[in-house]
Amino acid sequence: MSAEPKKSWGDVSLADILQRITLRLVVSLIVPVITFVAMWQSFIFMRDSEASKVVIAVVALVVGVGGVWILYLVTNNLVEQTPVSFRDALRPYVFVGPALVVLVIYLVYPAVNTIVLSFQDARSENFVGFSNYTYIFTEPDMLIVLRNNILWIITVVGFTVGLGLIIAVLVDRIGRWESAAKSLIFVPMAISAVGASVIWGFMYAAKPANKPQIGLLNAINVTLGNDPILYMNDKAINNFALIAIMIWLLTGYCMVVISAAVKGVPTELLEAGRIDGANEFRVFFNIIIPVIRSTLITVATTVFIMVLKVFDIVYVMTNGRRDTEVVANRMFNEFFKFGHYGRGSALAVLLLIVLLPIIYSNVRDLRERRKG
Amino acid sequence: MSVSLQTESGVQRSTVQAVLSAAPVRIVVLLLCFLWSLPTIGLLISSIRPATDINSTGWWTLFGGGQPFNFTLQNYEAVLSAEGMANAFLNSLLVTIPSVVIPITVAAFAAYAFAWMEFPGRDFFFAGVVMLMGVPLHMALIPIMRIYTSIDLNGTFLGIWLAHTGFGLPLAIYLLYGYISTIPKEIMESAHIDGASPFTAFTQLVLPLSVPVIASFAIFQFLWVWNDLLVALVFLGTDNPDAFIVTSKLKELVGSKGQNWEVLTAGAFITMIVPLFIFFALQRYFVRGMMAGSVKG
Repeated sequence: MSAEPKKSWGDVSLADILQRITLRLVVSLIVPVITFVAMWQSFIFMRDSEASKVVIAVVALVVGVGGVWILYLVTNNLVEQTPVSFRDALRPYVFVGPALVVLVIYLVYPAVNTIVLSFQDARSENFVGFSNYTYIFTEPDMLIVLRNNILWIITVVGFTVGLGLIIAVLVDRIGRWESAAKSLIFVPMAISAVGASVIWGFMYAAKPANKPQIGLLNAINVTLGNDPILYMNDKAINNFALIAIMIWLLTGYCMVVISAAVKGVPTELLEAGRIDGANEFRVFFNIIIPVIRSTLITVATTVFIMVLKVFDIVYVMTNGRRDTEVVANRMFNEFFKFGHYGRGSALAVLLLIVLLPIIYSNVRDLRERRKG
Repeated sequence: MSVSLQTESGVQRSTVQAVLSAAPVRIVVLLLCFLWSLPTIGLLISSIRPATDINSTGWWTLFGGGQPFNFTLQNYEAVLSAEGMANAFLNSLLVTIPSVVIPITVAAFAAYAFAWMEFPGRDFFFAGVVMLMGVPLHMALIPIMRIYTSIDLNGTFLGIWLAHTGFGLPLAIYLLYGYISTIPKEIMESAHIDGASPFTAFTQLVLPLSVPVIASFAIFQFLWVWNDLLVALVFLGTDNPDAFIVTSKLKELVGSKGQNWEVLTAGAFITMIVPLFIFFALQRYFVRGMMAGSVKG
């Protein structure tokens, strides 16, 4: 299109420069295209292939782990080919862009969408105002769900933080066995809630009274002359039996965090208190607890967040039968059992609303740290 | 003078007190450790007993001396092959490894940009990341499932990797940013003066320096994904046994073999073995990872 260049700069003609730029552009465009095509093909292959699982597995790992790296490498090279001023403006987005795209697709858009769904009917076809929310707060069934969640939060937070604190103070005094003892109590933290449910399901197992018990708790019951208890059926205790599993899982976590804080209490402070004649209980309540107060609050908040969203234990053990339903489990059932997307979404929004103060304080902390 | 004497005697008294109180405290702690381990020990012992023994006598009777201990690995054989736990174990590895590596990669690039690059909207986007850290993933399930249905991603590994990437990303960016932003400015500047491009500085300098925080997050995310049930049920489905990971497989066994404790005990232990190995092999990182993850909403 352009005329043959007549001028030349030194030895290099404009044609040469144009050729070189074109070549670079072609290379830097073709490589990404090939990369995308290759990834897309492997994606189709993984989705539709009837090949052996091991082959798919290898492709999956190579693409999943390597592919992302190649994408960054390729887009970065692409940007490096552009003029300097352009490059410096574009580069940050090469680094931060993919993360923002993922966050928008996987969290921002869905969150907005779920809020909309919560104002719609079962099949998300018509707007129904606040009726899903009125349902949650008036239906007797749902009130039990809310009651259970509150029960879970109060008992789990209370017991895990309380027990964690007591154990943290105790293990501080046993010398060289301390870390072994901490490990043993921390171990359940590594176990999935599903695994823990099986472990405790076995503890709770009940056989008819005339047969030998294989569940430890009912063996104790029977030895003491009582009847075996059906832990999951008895409405007076089934919620507590489920809650105990979560307490077992999380106490170790609380204990380890609190223990670090207890070790941070200045020795001089403890000694001063003891010299003033305080006994160990007063030292505990009047010195240790006030000093580690902020740690206790942090731990309690963390446990609160985990308990609020409890799902697995209830889903595996009872799936909400006999008045043991909790919010996250009911949400799952609304979605996948009753097919009511409006109510399910309203329950998800409820979880978000309860977490809003924590989200707010996280952002506020960030602002303060920026200033400070 | 008198003050220092008092201090000495005070110290002495508290040492005496410590020794005196040590014995009962030790006993209490020992008892607690015993109680805490008991449920897991019962599961382990039962998983290596024959089915007839498990279902007729309690595992603790072995310690009374009355019961013979008939060791067997048959429960494990049965649950791994006949019940498909081996397949589920493979699936768990396939789901978990990319679900850990992809978010770390994406987050590391983003954290580096947030920490060391100037661009419009930086503070706004970072505040957004911190906010999203507290948003429960429950808010995302149905919309993402609908997107997946429309592009045929439901029930695929790719689908669940990306979902775990999305859900783990805010925490990963937050943690990595906290670490990468504390790298001394002089180091970053000297890399620039040496002619390193930002990409080279990132791969050659920032990533190697960030290994400790990456390890902490990796362990947290690995356990999170390995132990997850909800995300797996939603995106891999409840009705396709071939795609079950260990947790959804174990849940299915609870439903179908609820009274067959020989299946459940062995199955449960198989789901626990990798996390327990990581716990005992990398205890220091494990605890750090758990602490790091505690800011997640």
